[in-house]
Amino acid sequence: MSKRTARKAVSYLILTLGVLVVAFPFFWMLTTSLQTEQETYSSPPTVVPASPQWRNYPDAWRNAAPGSSGEITFATYFRNSFFVALCVTAGVLFTSILAAYAFAFMEFPGKGVLFTILLSTMMIPFEVTLVPNYSTIVALGWYDTFPALIVPWMANVFSIFILRQFFKGIPRDYYEAAQIDGCGDWRFMWQVATPMAAPALATITIFTFLASWNAFLWPLIVTRSPERFVVQVGLAFLTSAESTNTNMVMAASAIVIIPVIVLYLILQRRFIEGVAGTGLKG
Amino acid sequence: MRRRSWTPYLYLLPAAVILLAFSIYPLFHAFNMSLHTDWGRPGYRFVGLGNYRHLLVETGEFLHSLGVTVWYAVGTVPITMILSFLIAGLLFQKLRALGLFRTIYFLPYVTSTVAAAMVWRWIFNPSSYGLANTVVRWLGGEPLRWYSESTGVFQLLADNVDVVLPSWAAGPSLALVCVIVFSIWHALGFNVVIFLAGLSAIPREMYEAAEVDGATGIQRTRYITLPLLSPTLFFLFIISTIRSFQTFNQIYVIARQGETWTRGTEHLTMQIYRHYYTSHDLGAATATAVLLFLIILGLTFLQMRMLGRRVHY
Repeated sequence: MSKRTARKAVSYLILTLGVLVVAFPFFWMLTTSLQTEQETYSSPPTVVPASPQWRNYPDAWRNAAPGSSGEITFATYFRNSFFVALCVTAGVLFTSILAAYAFAFMEFPGKGVLFTILLSTMMIPFEVTLVPNYSTIVALGWYDTFPALIVPWMANVFSIFILRQFFKGIPRDYYEAAQIDGCGDWRFMWQVATPMAAPALATITIFTFLASWNAFLWPLIVTRSPERFVVQVGLAFLTSAESTNTNMVMAASAIVIIPVIVLYLILQRRFIEGVAGTGLKG
Repeated sequence: MRRRSWTPYLYLLPAAVILLAFSIYPLFHAFNMSLHTDWGRPGYRFVGLGNYRHLLVETGEFLHSLGVTVWYAVGTVPITMILSFLIAGLLFQKLRALGLFRTIYFLPYVTSTVAAAMVWRWIFNPSSYGLANTVVRWLGGEPLRWYSESTGVFQLLADNVDVVLPSWAAGPSLALVCVIVFSIWHALGFNVVIFLAGLSAIPREMYEAAEVDGATGIQRTRYITLPLLSPTLFFLFIISTIRSFQTFNQIYVIARQGETWTRGTEHLTMQIYRHYYTSHDLGAATATAVLLFLIILGLTFLQMRMLGRRVHY
């Protein structure tokens, strides 16, 4: 066996061990989610349930808000999360395209200063705006409503920045030719610049949607009624109830995790290239 | 030249309104709130730096949380970077299953921190039937309290030989270590993907030339990979450190004990949340947040100065 083959074999071995460690919690979640209550208490822990309790999933789905009145299931949480993430993503795309277009193609007084101010707002951590934003939301009468979950997130500096970089890569000749032909900025933006920026827009869409879907702290402080909970808050609410057993917690966690994993496996190229491409520019 | 028009400003307007209202204005509003007591209540009044004095001097809560936060950053950032650098290096040698490995390593990063942390909380269950305690017992140790243990890990080790360490040397609490393990697991894939992108930007010829000159693997890493990868290392180091100062979700889930959280995991973000949620003391919450903001700002500048000079572009 040559030295190179030996090295590759060792590499495979280490990487496979690493994969097992990384994947283990997912396995542990799934196996616990299929156990009976009795099995979750056993010592040593049950590795494979005697007979998989598939009904834990519908049970966890239906019993999403223990102790609250009304018909709250995971369907409510998923609908809320989906609606919020969709609105946030649409909002971010709209505000980013407009702002990035202005910075990339237009000349106007104060452009440099405004761009610097824009970039420096990236340094403001979310935690410092948390409490003031909460009081703004209360003052607007938006506490425990969908606008509170959506509106503050409808603009994102990083997306504007990425898109501006992309727009700057579009040859200036296109823009000038369009101007001469009488195609105004509005039309040029939507019909030429935006379609050309499709890869950047896809990345922004995926990451905005994912960030909104996984957001927890903000929805936690601005919503109170289970009718308005997003999945992350609903999951934390379900699991904080004393009556909820671990097999239900794991089934509920799996219900939250699995759709994202499926989406990731379908779109993984975009995910990974998005991180690799935009992460470095950040 | 076209005539001066309002058009560009109209294009900027939607983004500007949102950012002004929910990012720039709240920064100043936070400063203002932090100088008042009982904000939003009838007895509200200006107290100057009173909230800061209370946090920094009278109760010392801020220093406790700062200690937790720093331990958290020290525990997560270097280990995640070293592990992911090794994994990326192994993956980079044109292995057959590269795509598959990369997909799995990246998997935790896309899952929600809340749901994934539930699983780790279950693994670190402090009762005797918990998985971590089963492993400990199997290795011949005593069951541990894991996420409900506020004692520092170095102190726990010293307990075996009946030594009492001074509090600054007690180390991060065992509960915080549970959170650190989770965070390393969660962020690993992100780091691997960034490292792989950085590695693929290094010209192949440099390695070939070095090989011809008889450079060893370690020399190639030391003199080619590390210098050329320094922008990537710099980027990852800054972004990971800043993120570690903003961690909340996993602490909230893993260290929860009913309506309170293990004290040894009270990260600055958790302290902001506690002031807001438990005591509804908005002055203390914003004062903590402003101090956190200043630390993050300072860190960013410091890292840019210290590392910026050593980075090869």
